Amino acid sequence: MRRVLLALLLAGAASAEPRQSGFELMSPGTQAMQRDDSANPGMLWVEEGRALWDSTGCASCHGDVARMRGVAARYPAWDAASGGPTDLAGRIAQCQEARQHRTPFPRESAEALALAAVIGLQSRGMPISPPEDPRLAPALARGEALYRERRGQLDLSCAQCHDANAGRHLAGSPIPEAHPTGYPLYRLEWQGMGSLQRRLRNCMAGVRSEPYAYGAPEYAAIELFLMRRAAGMPLETPAVRP
Amino acid sequence: MPRTGSAPSRRMPLARWALALALLLAGGAAAEEGIPSLTGQPGDPARGRAIVTTRQRGLCLLCHAGPFLEERFQGDLAPSLAGVGARLTEDQLRLRLVDGRRLNSETIMPSYYRTEGLVRVGPAWQGRPILTAMEIEDVVAFLLTLKH
Ligand code: HEC
Ligand code: HEC
Repeated sequence: MRRVLLALLLAGAASAEPRQSGFELMSPGTQAMQRDDSANPGMLWVEEGRALWDSTGCASCHGDVARMRGVAARYPAWDAASGGPTDLAGRIAQCQEARQHRTPFPRESAEALALAAVIGLQSRGMPISPPEDPRLAPALARGEALYRERRGQLDLSCAQCHDANAGRHLAGSPIPEAHPTGYPLYRLEWQGMGSLQRRLRNCMAGVRSEPYAYGAPEYAAIELFLMRRAAGMPLETPAVRP
Repeated sequence: MPRTGSAPSRRMPLARWALALALLLAGGAAAEEGIPSLTGQPGDPARGRAIVTTRQRGLCLLCHAGPFLEERFQGDLAPSLAGVGARLTEDQLRLRLVDGRRLNSETIMPSYYRTEGLVRVGPAWQGRPILTAMEIEDVVAFLLTLKH
């Protein structure tokens, strides 16, 4: 964890309350799996993403994927086309559609996750730095409202678990503070890679509420709020979670 | 946002009557008196135990711990259920299950017999309370046995 601490110091992320990545709540074995690139299953998606970056033509506009350094740390960003925030997956799909005139890889497909993973990796260790863009303010407020709204048959809000009860246990599982530091990530329970939207859908279904469709503006709004809340924390993509 | 209706009461005329009466009588401070039986029939503590300890039915042990040695993963978000049958009366226990929000509007404990005022309930759960009136009675009967 020295690397993460260092990153925090360098970022000067002097936030009032100490914040904790879900990483800190994991068993030493799962932590080791995330730390070691040769054991981290997420690296398989990264490698596929690297190949797709070249084979599907991203490189022809952007050059080496290393030039994507810092990008994942500042999403969701303002998107003029939709007049709202777009997440990184949305931006990738837009490049494919508008510039390459091809059908984008569907959200949550192996290809879409692979491209997001290799781009995310370029920002690993960098502090989350949401854009200071006043046009995003309404979506940010909407995201916070959604985070605090009770939902589902169990009538629970995200805040009730992730602010009021973080660190306690829901049955056997420790409740993390819900920082979106590691996405897309490999989750042992899924036996696969998943986006932040997949995670949010799991939490929504968990309180027996109806998740929004993939790509719905509600997710970008919630992500915007979560990234603001996690500003300064280092990105971990591709993380591992239990 | 879609809101759910109150379908369960249609299937449960007696329960509806009892609940309406309890609501009328309760109205604030009197809520501490609790809620009388939803069915007029005594619950079955053995069935109640099964509901409490079956994660997907009662969900209780997601948050609570209690004297259930066979259950490995119990929550620590809520007071232990041990001794709850000595601390609270039957009607007080029922109130906490039916709608604990009437005592503490901020509580994370779900209201097990409320279908109004909910947001974006999943299709599989719409219009249904978490537990039926009879299941509530079974759980209450079981909780009353937890004297220590
Ligand atoms: C009933 C409790 C509960 C509620 C309500 C809840 N979550 Fe979660 N959340 C969890 C638990 C527990 C985990 C850890 C994963 C697991 O074990 O399933 C988690 C994981 C997460 C993570 C992943 C953190 C990481 O380290 O990768 C995010 C992000 C998150 N939740 C956001 C939300 C949002 C946003 C909402 C509301 C729409 C929400 N959660 C509602 C319990 C909850
Ligand atoms: C999501 C969390 C959660 C779930 C699920 C849950 N509870 Fe609770 N329960 C609580 C909390 C928190 C309290 C403390 C009261 C408060 O918050 O105002 C509580 C209080 C109680 C009390 C009063 C305890 C006392 O000592 O005063 C009883 C009885 C109770 N719960 C029974 C149950 C039963 C039985 C179930 C399942 C059928 C259940 N609970 C499910 C969170 C939960």
